[in-house]
Amino acid sequence: MYLSNLLVLFWEFFKTGLFAVGGGMATLPFLYNMADRYDWITKESITDMIAVSESTPGPIGVNMATYAGFNACGVLGGIAATFGLVLPSLIIILIIAKFFEKFDDNFYVNSAFYGIRPAATALILLAAINVFTLCVFGSDTGGLSVNWLMLALISVFTALIYKIKLHPIVYIAIAAVLGIVLKL
Amino acid sequence: MKKILDLYLAFFKIGITTFGGGYAMLPVIQREIVEKRGYVTDEEVMDYYAVGQCTPGVIAVNTATFVGHKVGKTPGAIAATLGVISPPLIIITVIAAFIKNYAELPAVRHAFAGIKTAVCALIFCAVIKLFKSGVKDLPGVLIFLAVLAVGLFTNLSPVWFVLAAAIAGICIKCFKR
Repeated sequence: MYLSNLLVLFWEFFKTGLFAVGGGMATLPFLYNMADRYDWITKESITDMIAVSESTPGPIGVNMATYAGFNACGVLGGIAATFGLVLPSLIIILIIAKFFEKFDDNFYVNSAFYGIRPAATALILLAAINVFTLCVFGSDTGGLSVNWLMLALISVFTALIYKIKLHPIVYIAIAAVLGIVLKL
Repeated sequence: MKKILDLYLAFFKIGITTFGGGYAMLPVIQREIVEKRGYVTDEEVMDYYAVGQCTPGVIAVNTATFVGHKVGKTPGAIAATLGVISPPLIIITVIAAFIKNYAELPAVRHAFAGIKTAVCALIFCAVIKLFKSGVKDLPGVLIFLAVLAVGLFTNLSPVWFVLAAAIAGICIKCFKR
């Protein structure tokens, strides 16, 4: 069973690596989709993964894959998920480097990405809405009780991060301290 | 062989000194690969980064693979990729194991509840940035709204949205031409 779990992890993150366009946060929609279908990853744990991935060295996407894989299947799970994530890029980049010197200038490639970029942005916004409802309503289905304190904190942080571009780790550290002080 | 090992070590160092991936990696690549070793030029790094941004996958990994291929063909690409993913593999595994053991402590729970608000804000800001750079005209806005609407009411895999958007992009551009 363990081996088949590793294969599932590898395959899920292979798909993520193949279709996630736009950097680290672009892996989020795929993680939330996994949380819908499997019990080894929960929507709550994804938020923790983002926090850790933003505050530790290494590309965010790789950090997320290692974290999710480790939570699901231990050390080998982390390795399976990470290799699954990077294998498609490795193959695609090798092909581009060998055959398409002028990848930038290809009409079809450019047109496809012209369509993909807005879609990827909407997918990441959907992931943000997921985190938002978890924070403010306490469950992912939404509810009637609104946690006003969380809502206020999210608004303040969004304004701060948008206006003052400090490293994410700074905001995460401040939020952690606030969480302990306010007993969130 | 020496070059391949050196590539692995250089990108290991890049992986360990980059917080946040993507753009944060560029200055470190410039120092380690361009200035110290002279493997590629500044312009080439910028080109690789640009292509790495619009090909699928993690931008930092894509850029590393490109540089590795330039220096040492396929073995070089594999060495650079392994180099950049090794540090996070080790560091995250240790942290994840640590958090698993301490997750029940009240202080840790409160800290992560607070962190959630900052993470939510970080994703919102990432969306704003991506929207500004990627959604430039009416068809773009329509694709954005369509994906948002369908995504809100279904559990479809993101794969289908990306494929449909790629086809839509090609159709729109062909129609315009």
